[in-house]
Amino acid sequence: MITKRIIPCLDVRNGRVVKGVNFEGLSDVSSPVELGKYYSDNGADELVFYDITASAEGRALFTDILREVASTIFIPLTVGGGINTLDDFDRVLKCGADKVSVNSGAIRNPELITQAAQKYGDQCVVISADVKRVDGVFRVFAKGGRENTGMEAISWIKSCVDRGAGEVVLNSIDTDGVKGGFDLEMLEAVSSVVNVPVIASGGAGCIDDFVKLFHTLPKVDAGLAASIFHFGEVEIPELKKVLRENNINVRL
Amino acid sequence: MIGIIDYGVGNLFSLKSSFEAIGEEVFVSGDKDELSKATGLILPGVGAFADAAQKLRDSGLDEFVRAEVSEGKPLMGICLGMQLLFEKSFEYGEHQGLGLLKGQVVPMLHSIPEELKIPHIGWNALHITNTDCPILKDINEGDCVYFVHSYYAQDCEDSLCATTEYGKELTAAVAKDNVYGCQFHPEKSGAVGMKILRAFSELCK
Repeated sequence: MITKRIIPCLDVRNGRVVKGVNFEGLSDVSSPVELGKYYSDNGADELVFYDITASAEGRALFTDILREVASTIFIPLTVGGGINTLDDFDRVLKCGADKVSVNSGAIRNPELITQAAQKYGDQCVVISADVKRVDGVFRVFAKGGRENTGMEAISWIKSCVDRGAGEVVLNSIDTDGVKGGFDLEMLEAVSSVVNVPVIASGGAGCIDDFVKLFHTLPKVDAGLAASIFHFGEVEIPELKKVLRENNINVRL
Repeated sequence: MIGIIDYGVGNLFSLKSSFEAIGEEVFVSGDKDELSKATGLILPGVGAFADAAQKLRDSGLDEFVRAEVSEGKPLMGICLGMQLLFEKSFEYGEHQGLGLLKGQVVPMLHSIPEELKIPHIGWNALHITNTDCPILKDINEGDCVYFVHSYYAQDCEDSLCATTEYGKELTAAVAKDNVYGCQFHPEKSGAVGMKILRAFSELCK
């Protein structure tokens, strides 16, 4: 049976991983290549790189870094950040990305999903949605969670999947950074309306949060986190061992 | 030296990098003269079967590959490249493959339980059905590899080497004489995938 995936996420600005990482044995803790390799050697099932660079120079640097990562690390790579056109898809896929994650670019132009899915296949297109409750309704936020688009989130995500998005990353702004566990209610609402993999993001604080996620919502395929992995609060081999002990199928 | 066949289908960056990472000489080409110098060939592929098969025919690479294989050169198909090794596919119609292996490619839709998502994407365990398979010689029962596909090969008992369970046992790896195939992506399957690429490389020495 297919395994549940554990995915560390790395934010990259000007070719460097932001949010310092605290591991022994890494000579350069902000090198995307070194960090990627560390995670790949230590049980990560996939890596997500978000390019949070604003400048064109930074973007070119990111592409160089991505190429280096992809020639060193042989697990699936997903890339997001600044994906607004088919040319952006082309740029990162040529550097070795396997999947491309769209967020604000799809909000501005939903047709981007349709075109990318036709050109590169559904499996290549990931819709990443930042979602927050506003007056009891799930709303989609743009621009890194700063701007309320006013769109209802569940129907938005479903429409993206109907257009050909092959995977959903659901970031709950409400639970993000709180470390009180994943947003199970929001994840349930999304995973009950789509039939593509759903990746939970936002809120993981400890190993038990992942156990609870996969036990409560067997339809969720993967758990994504950043700082708890980067700061060594949760180590992936240990996390997977506990998941396995709890009868959750993972790749060891 | 391993030649990766470039016929305009998919991105070959990771595949090339993965052979380089295990210290194998490798090149990407669509040129028959160049490819004929390779000691082993990789047939990659993502996308639609009909389109890929047509591109192989248009470029004459289908005849070339059959000729090279008949002379004993090792060939490994990966993902859609593996599916193309079979006689035919029922992906949107009925299409001829290379016919190097007996069997056909059929949709998962309606042949696996409805609640399972299609494509089958992610890490899944290998069940080895032929322990003599040379490309799986360093692989253990239950090792996980990375899959992305919506169609699978069936009626291929004479080449079947490994399956994976996704609602039913799906063909994961095949081998017959000097023709090999993986439904999964060894170049994205971490250390396990590298062992498979290394084993294939050894067959090309």
